[in-house]
Amino acid sequence: MAIDRLEHSQRSALGLKNRLKPGDWLFTAVTGFAAIVVLAVVAGMFLELTQQAWPALRAGGISVVWDTAWDPSHKVFGVGAFILGTLITSVFALVFATIVAVLVALFLVEIAPGWVARPVSYVVELLAAIPSVVYGLWGIFVLGVFIRDHLGPALIRYLGWVPFVDGTPLITGLFSACLILTIMILPTVMAVSRDVIAAVPRSQREGILALGATRWEMIRIAVLPYARSGVLGAAILGLARAVGETLAVTLVIGNSVQIPGNIFAPAYTMASVIANQFPEATGLHRAALIEVALILLAITFVINVVARLLVWKVTGGQRAVVQE
Amino acid sequence: MTHLNLSPVRPSDEPLPDMLRETGGASAEFAHAAPRPMPEGTPIALSAHNVGAWYGSKKAISGISMEIAKNAVTALIGPSGCGKSTYIRCFNRMHEFAPHARVEGTILLEGADVYAPGVDPARVRQRVGMVFQKPNPFPTMSVVENVAAGLRFMGVRNRAEISDRVEEALKLAALWDEVKSDLKKPGIALSGGQQQRLCIARTIAVEPEVVLMDEPCSALDPVATLKIEDLMRGLAERYTIIIVTHNMQQAARVSDYTAFLLMAGDGAGHLVEYRSTADIFTNPHDKRTEDYITGRFG
Ligand SMILES: Nc1ncnc2c1ncn2[C@@H]1O[C@H](COP(=O)(O)OP(=O)(O)OP(=O)(O)O)[C@@H](O)[C@H]1O
Ligand SMILES: [Mg+2]
Repeated sequence: MAIDRLEHSQRSALGLKNRLKPGDWLFTAVTGFAAIVVLAVVAGMFLELTQQAWPALRAGGISVVWDTAWDPSHKVFGVGAFILGTLITSVFALVFATIVAVLVALFLVEIAPGWVARPVSYVVELLAAIPSVVYGLWGIFVLGVFIRDHLGPALIRYLGWVPFVDGTPLITGLFSACLILTIMILPTVMAVSRDVIAAVPRSQREGILALGATRWEMIRIAVLPYARSGVLGAAILGLARAVGETLAVTLVIGNSVQIPGNIFAPAYTMASVIANQFPEATGLHRAALIEVALILLAITFVINVVARLLVWKVTGGQRAVVQE
Repeated sequence: MTHLNLSPVRPSDEPLPDMLRETGGASAEFAHAAPRPMPEGTPIALSAHNVGAWYGSKKAISGISMEIAKNAVTALIGPSGCGKSTYIRCFNRMHEFAPHARVEGTILLEGADVYAPGVDPARVRQRVGMVFQKPNPFPTMSVVENVAAGLRFMGVRNRAEISDRVEEALKLAALWDEVKSDLKKPGIALSGGQQQRLCIARTIAVEPEVVLMDEPCSALDPVATLKIEDLMRGLAERYTIIIVTHNMQQAARVSDYTAFLLMAGDGAGHLVEYRSTADIFTNPHDKRTEDYITGRFG
């Protein structure tokens, strides 16, 4: 009733009308612009690559994806061997790094006392900051030699019955690349998994303990299922790094265009062939290398979509589990 | 763990030693505590003797002795921070899950010491279940899986038996009618009150002897609260229930016996008065109890 007697101008002063909110407006504009810029960069990159790769795309068609012959001097540009090399090394690294990372994360969060967990965490995180050329050199001079002299022969002796575990272990080769990639993505996957596992609420742990669970049952039934979508996210972060990793892999994989017959054979990845050959490539060769980059971009895109679907499926359609 | 002795540890006609006096100091003011308010011959489910608990160097409760009647509801009341949660978490050995936590004194479950060397805390927790303040269903599990979660620790693996036990527990928890049409939906898709009854169902599915409830209704609306109170009265026919509550009416409505805890000068919670609920609410012996239940406290 008091409001009825107020003048119109006073009413709006009461806040019935929208206040002018320059902060809100500016915020919307700036964030919106940033989002558009990101989209534009991705779209522009895709267009530019397609355009530059066009001669090769037209000459080779779709079959380059499974053609495995790559011979620039005869203008043969099959990308199959590179795709295979990238997939094998990345998937190997993904699987083994995730397994080890989750075990280490569980140890750090659930078992180790603080004075062990803190320094170990710190060192593992430090590993993520080492430049990839250092990993590559270490891969040749330490890891590669170890594989050639000890690990390789031992694997063939004890696991020789497993398909593809044969051949001659050398310093460089598919297996060296797989291991170095595993080691390189381990810190990231471990650090994220550790945070995700540590974030499982106390109420969940106590809930299962109160039903008579042992410590191990608590981890298996309450902690890991709760953390699984986050761990999956961590693994995908690692996979993305493995797919794109160039320098270290180039140093240790052996750079041989072939379908590797066993895990010790030399191979090639998409990122490595671009790094090795792009500086002196011209004409169709150059277009073909850009085509490789385009396929790499597409693979990264597919991985991300699949990852999203996987997380979505695992969490039963919820975006994230929000519960204390 | 063995059922060495089903009767109270002490012959019931012998006068109880005053445990509180033995701790000396601040405890003298708590000399009115009556650790055994139930009639002669009442079966005892749990007995606590001189129980103290620490978080690191902080003593949270001190010298609490109580005998808890079987198949009855015992309420713990007292101001915030007086150690009610800490105390009941000693009963199922959940207290030791906190970092640097320590317990002293003796707790006997059906006469057997739950802190004796070689006792498996997981087994103790199977026999002394717990419902928490905030409903905590397992988010990745369906309604059925939530209720069945504890069964595997008992070695129940037969599918038919699991589904029978799940159904029985859900019926006992007065949730069956509301969820029977969609047992596969996630436990967290239920309302808050339903989630808390799901947690109760999950707890009783493993057939504990004692159910500890730490403010089980504090996150619920009045209707859901009344439902759970009804449920508790029914459950008391089969289980021994210990409930922590800040709600005096609730304590008066659901419990047979009530204990009042208060923080003493040493910063640790002590037992002030422990008597039948009717007595303590109509005729409190201790001035501090009276002040607390009439709201004149502090
Ligand atoms: N994890 C912990 N670490 C250290 N101190 C704690 C911890 N939990 C509780 N305490 C302390 O122990 C004392 C008793 O706490 P407790 O939670 O048992 O009280 P309460 O009676 O249940 O209180 P409320 O009614 O608020 O739930 C408090 O002083 C509290 O600060
Ligand atoms: Mg409490």
